[in-house]
Amino acid sequence: MSILIDEKTKVLVQGITGRDGSFHAGQMIEYGTQIVGGVTPKKGGQEVHGKPVFNTVKEAVAETGADATVIYVPARFAKGAVLEAVEAGVPLIICITEGVPVMDMVTVYDAVQQAGVRLIGPNCPGLISPGKSKIGIMPGSIHKPGKIGVISRSGTLTYEIVHALTSQGIGQSTCVGIGGDPIVGTGPRDLLPLFEADDDTDAVVVVGEIGGDEEERTAEYIAANIDKPVFAYIVGRSAPEGKQMGHAGAIVSGDAGTAESKIAAFEAAGVPVAESIADIPGMVQKKLSL
Amino acid sequence: MNIHEHQAKDLFREHGLPVQDGIVAYTVEEAVAAYEKFGDVVAVKAQVHTGGRGLAGGVKIAKTVEEVREHAGNILGLDIKGHIVKRLYIEDGCSSIEKEAYLAVILDRSAKAIGFIGSAEGGVEIETVAHDNPDAIKRFSTSELTFPKDAARPLAEALFGGKSVDETMKVLEKLFDMFVKLDCTQAEINPLVLTGDGSVLCLDGKLNFDDNALFRHPEIVELRDMEEEDVNEIEAKEKGLAFIQLDGDIGCMVNGAGLAMATLDMINIHGGNPANFLDVGGSSNPDKVVEAFKLILASGKVKSILVNIFGGITRCTDIAEGMLTALKQMEVNVPIVVRLEGTEAEAGRKMLADSPLHTAETFGEAVAKAVKLGKGEAA
Repeated sequence: MSILIDEKTKVLVQGITGRDGSFHAGQMIEYGTQIVGGVTPKKGGQEVHGKPVFNTVKEAVAETGADATVIYVPARFAKGAVLEAVEAGVPLIICITEGVPVMDMVTVYDAVQQAGVRLIGPNCPGLISPGKSKIGIMPGSIHKPGKIGVISRSGTLTYEIVHALTSQGIGQSTCVGIGGDPIVGTGPRDLLPLFEADDDTDAVVVVGEIGGDEEERTAEYIAANIDKPVFAYIVGRSAPEGKQMGHAGAIVSGDAGTAESKIAAFEAAGVPVAESIADIPGMVQKKLSL
Repeated sequence: MNIHEHQAKDLFREHGLPVQDGIVAYTVEEAVAAYEKFGDVVAVKAQVHTGGRGLAGGVKIAKTVEEVREHAGNILGLDIKGHIVKRLYIEDGCSSIEKEAYLAVILDRSAKAIGFIGSAEGGVEIETVAHDNPDAIKRFSTSELTFPKDAARPLAEALFGGKSVDETMKVLEKLFDMFVKLDCTQAEINPLVLTGDGSVLCLDGKLNFDDNALFRHPEIVELRDMEEEDVNEIEAKEKGLAFIQLDGDIGCMVNGAGLAMATLDMINIHGGNPANFLDVGGSSNPDKVVEAFKLILASGKVKSILVNIFGGITRCTDIAEGMLTALKQMEVNVPIVVRLEGTEAEAGRKMLADSPLHTAETFGEAVAKAVKLGKGEAA
């Protein structure tokens, strides 16, 4: 098992004729993901990697029966692309695009909630159920099928952690990069219940960073609702106040959003916090007696 | 992105919000000339991109030319939280203030929506009110980009009440519309005042903008005060790098913001002090590596450099090529530790095998080496 995606998930690529969309469609097909087609306005009728290109998401869904879509379009078109997927009724939308204006996300988040569909991202690496399907941009080779769920706001940091787990023989059920922006479609509190209910997930690693209060709320949520072991890792302890650390969402304002506050919240909730990435595999092994 | 109060006030005026007239002054003489236009009472206000101006002595009321001269002289050059005051805003005085309130429209991350925050206790820091008297703060949020009239009315009533409610509603509506139109992340008025003759006035004004939306607001980008910004940070952004100068001596180049933050944390854990945050980004352009090295070395304080790359989209071979080019183009007199992992890592490491660079297998080993070399010890 795994959460959200597996070998049966049929995936569309919005922006498949673009440089990134085309490259990653190829990578996903190579990994074994069921890519069923792509969407680029006015380019319907073409083929990319042998998959049909459609003008609209609606048409693509009708023809292919896709139940997920991944978006690789420039930031200024991201809002339109997600809203089109929502209107076409795609239940799982993954937006990789970086630099989406937050005002656009206010509208998008509301539309996604109203329609009852799930959005992952934006500004994220996507998600992967190792050995089954990957939807996004992460290198498939560092992952290994197994029983640990991973939730993270960051891209390369997630790879680093997954790599550390895999090299100690610890596989993953599903790894979700939720995105580094102030407003993202899916947060840790949306994913934890899915991992809790997944028979093949034994524990979850939550990777947070400075900015906002999502980690604090997640800690409270875990204490009240999650029985499986959860481990946390927080980056940004050395970030100066008021500076945006690369991610639009990673900023400490006054006393709010600091790493200290997040670490304290997890510890208070009984969630062990790793000091460095290298400590994570050992913590997991010890707890699960692997 | 931040702008000055006087620029915010111009935008307020343009969007129909009630503000006093004001004139920007860069010298004492300009301040005096501005006073002579208004006469009577003026406010002499420091223009810097930081809060707490009042407490730092950066905002003074003047009733005579002599007072203007004295205050302007004192405030120009004042250091407010590390920002040196270079410009003043001479604003026409407000004759009588009945009440002071706080009003802000913000991007509410928790609600994933646009938030309104208001309090009848204005003129003091909202954080203080939140701490001492949380019930005095009224807030609500909306996902609609059109003004939420019904939800806003109770807030307008709570601020000043009485006959001023309709006028307060107009301020709320215009502030909200401006917030949406200009892609703000914060639009704050503290204080919003009720004057003796019953009108509502924005006595202060602070605007912050979403960097991701600046592409659709060239007129806002024009307002950027380069003297308030770190030149290297702006230059980095133009080249597709995210760079922040810190005060340590171990330079870093990392791909990905999260991994870059983790790298800074690890340097601290190993007893070192990072000189910068630098996310070289997702793409694989060797030129960016050259630019990154220039930025890292610009401060002149760097004693060692740590390159930590986990290739995903980024190809380690491109990073390696960029480093070799950088070493040819510029003289780097400090030790460099390189750790390559992920996409094309093996090939990248081979390319660097004959270079004078120090290599490391793991993240932890790389950090330890960079810290040691930075202290002049053997790795």
